[in-house]
Amino acid sequence: MELRGKLLDISNLKVSFYTYRGVVKALNGVELWMDSGERLGVVGETGCGKSVTSLAIMRLIEQPGEIQEGKIIFNGRNLVELSEEKMNNIRGVEMSMIFQEPRSSLNPVMKVGYQIGESIAKSKKIKIKQTYPEVKEMLRLVGLDPERVMNSYPHELSGGMSQRVMIGMGLASHPKLLIADEPTSALDVTIQAQILELLDELARKMGNAVMLITHDMGVVAEFCDKVLVMYAGNSVEYASTARLFEKPLHPYTGGLLQAVPRVGRTDELKAIKGTVPDLVNPPSGCRFHPRCPHAMDICKVERPPFVEIEPDHYVACYLFKGKNEVKEDG
Amino acid sequence: MAETLIKIRNLKTYFPVKKSIFSKKLFVKAVDNVNMDVPKGSTFAVVGESGSGKTTLARTVLRLIEPTSGEIEFDGKNILELKGKDLLEVRRNMQIVFQDPYNSLHPRKLIKNIIGEGMKIHFKISDIEIRDRIAAVLKEVGLIDDHMYRYAHEFSGGQRQRIAFARAMVLKPKFIVLDEPTSALDVSVQAMVLKMLKEIKVQESLTYMFITHNLSLVDYIADKVAVMYVGEVVEMGDKTTIFNHPSHPYTDLLMASNPVPDPKFVREKRLLKGEIPSSINPPSGCRFHNRCPFADERCEREEPELREIKPGHFVRCHYPL
Repeated sequence: MELRGKLLDISNLKVSFYTYRGVVKALNGVELWMDSGERLGVVGETGCGKSVTSLAIMRLIEQPGEIQEGKIIFNGRNLVELSEEKMNNIRGVEMSMIFQEPRSSLNPVMKVGYQIGESIAKSKKIKIKQTYPEVKEMLRLVGLDPERVMNSYPHELSGGMSQRVMIGMGLASHPKLLIADEPTSALDVTIQAQILELLDELARKMGNAVMLITHDMGVVAEFCDKVLVMYAGNSVEYASTARLFEKPLHPYTGGLLQAVPRVGRTDELKAIKGTVPDLVNPPSGCRFHPRCPHAMDICKVERPPFVEIEPDHYVACYLFKGKNEVKEDG
Repeated sequence: MAETLIKIRNLKTYFPVKKSIFSKKLFVKAVDNVNMDVPKGSTFAVVGESGSGKTTLARTVLRLIEPTSGEIEFDGKNILELKGKDLLEVRRNMQIVFQDPYNSLHPRKLIKNIIGEGMKIHFKISDIEIRDRIAAVLKEVGLIDDHMYRYAHEFSGGQRQRIAFARAMVLKPKFIVLDEPTSALDVSVQAMVLKMLKEIKVQESLTYMFITHNLSLVDYIADKVAVMYVGEVVEMGDKTTIFNHPSHPYTDLLMASNPVPDPKFVREKRLLKGEIPSSINPPSGCRFHNRCPFADERCEREEPELREIKPGHFVRCHYPL
């Protein structure tokens, strides 16, 4: 099989959670891929599965959740099939992750320097104390004063500083992929701008790919090369950032972009009618059809495939004919 | 010029901080010397980062927190001196919608009781009348009358925020504080709620105080803007003036930090250095001087006044841009 992304290629990923309310089909055949050094933005609203996707990549889906189907090819290996032990050697070494709430993702009773040292010690198989010179270097890279922060506990740091520590910890082992799950949502705009700038600078320096999960279209527009839009557990559109903002194809992407307020825009906002569906009992066919202004009969019955409409622009929608189908027609 | 609904003069709200009994008493100066006129019928946005005092300001205006000193006039009455019935009447006229609709609605009360509670206190009307008014207000915020027999957990975030708004609206207030009303909502839902707020404001001739950290929302909904920094108003004026000609360096950098949902937009790389200082021990002189790119020795020494540089445009800076 030919891979679409050299670093990461996810195909037909299905994840379900078995809850007392029933089976939540959180991911329903997600398609996602990335090249080395690329910045991919994954956007969507609450419950679209963007965080579950990132957890699945890290193989951190726990009971009652389960990866049911699909492949996650990372650097030539299918992560779904790896043993827990092998996975441990990838997690935090070849790929790492930072979370939304920087303060609650740091261990409150361990000094910051030690926590960063752990990940370096693991990747290099040395003692934590031996990593301290490198930890100091890392802290300097993320714009903190190493002497002060090394021996601080997380409660002594502000939200922005904690997120810098998290980034330092994530990048300390020089991973190939950094997954950032809403890294700036809990921060003020001025701090957000600082953190995005830092992620940008470090990714350039270290050459790691960044998967940025967010609901903020502004952050995507400023940071990412490519964008994947998700809706109710499906990938619905993928394109380069410039392309997606200029010519969104999927009705959901279009609606999402029109709903975003921005400075200098005082015309009426257009909302998408209805709400995000309940994933215990999702709509049949295309999960967006009850809210879609262009829904056709086929949308209610069959899930549209995720196909390439134009070079490097993929959409899951029956309004558009894929490249392959067009060829058959001709 | 429009009449002034709320007049705030030299308002200070300090919170004492516990320290050891031997040390000097310290205060968090959450709101420090704020002067503000909210015109009738306007949407007055208060913008600032976390810790800037915007929520404390709004709560003080509603007298949910007692100020340390200062004056608040609502519709010509000094509300800090009111008691009993007069205070009750002012309270009916000033309502608030909180940020998080998941925590601001009672989980074990029917929507009918959540919305109806205020009417039982303020209006002497029959239960049937109350029910009719609830049905009417639910329709107005885009829900149906059947919803009054449900509990809060049966609704989505956007619907809950509509219910919270209905609860405020049903008392026919003149003034509503909206404290980050959409920050817990998804963008597609946020758009609907904002639209509703805008429409109802015109219908009911309301005045809003809209508290937010999101500048994009301000441009969409507000007429007037006050920018707060460490307890003080640093810039205040009409929305168009503030957005087109920000005159305080902080406002300017705040705007430059706001991400723009357009990949073609090339941002000048201008970052605000450092973080918001503590309001227990704010910097000397101008509170922004240690982060300001233009600060000089005077800014460090001398605290600037909030000056009117053009009619209706106030800036607290020695060297406005």
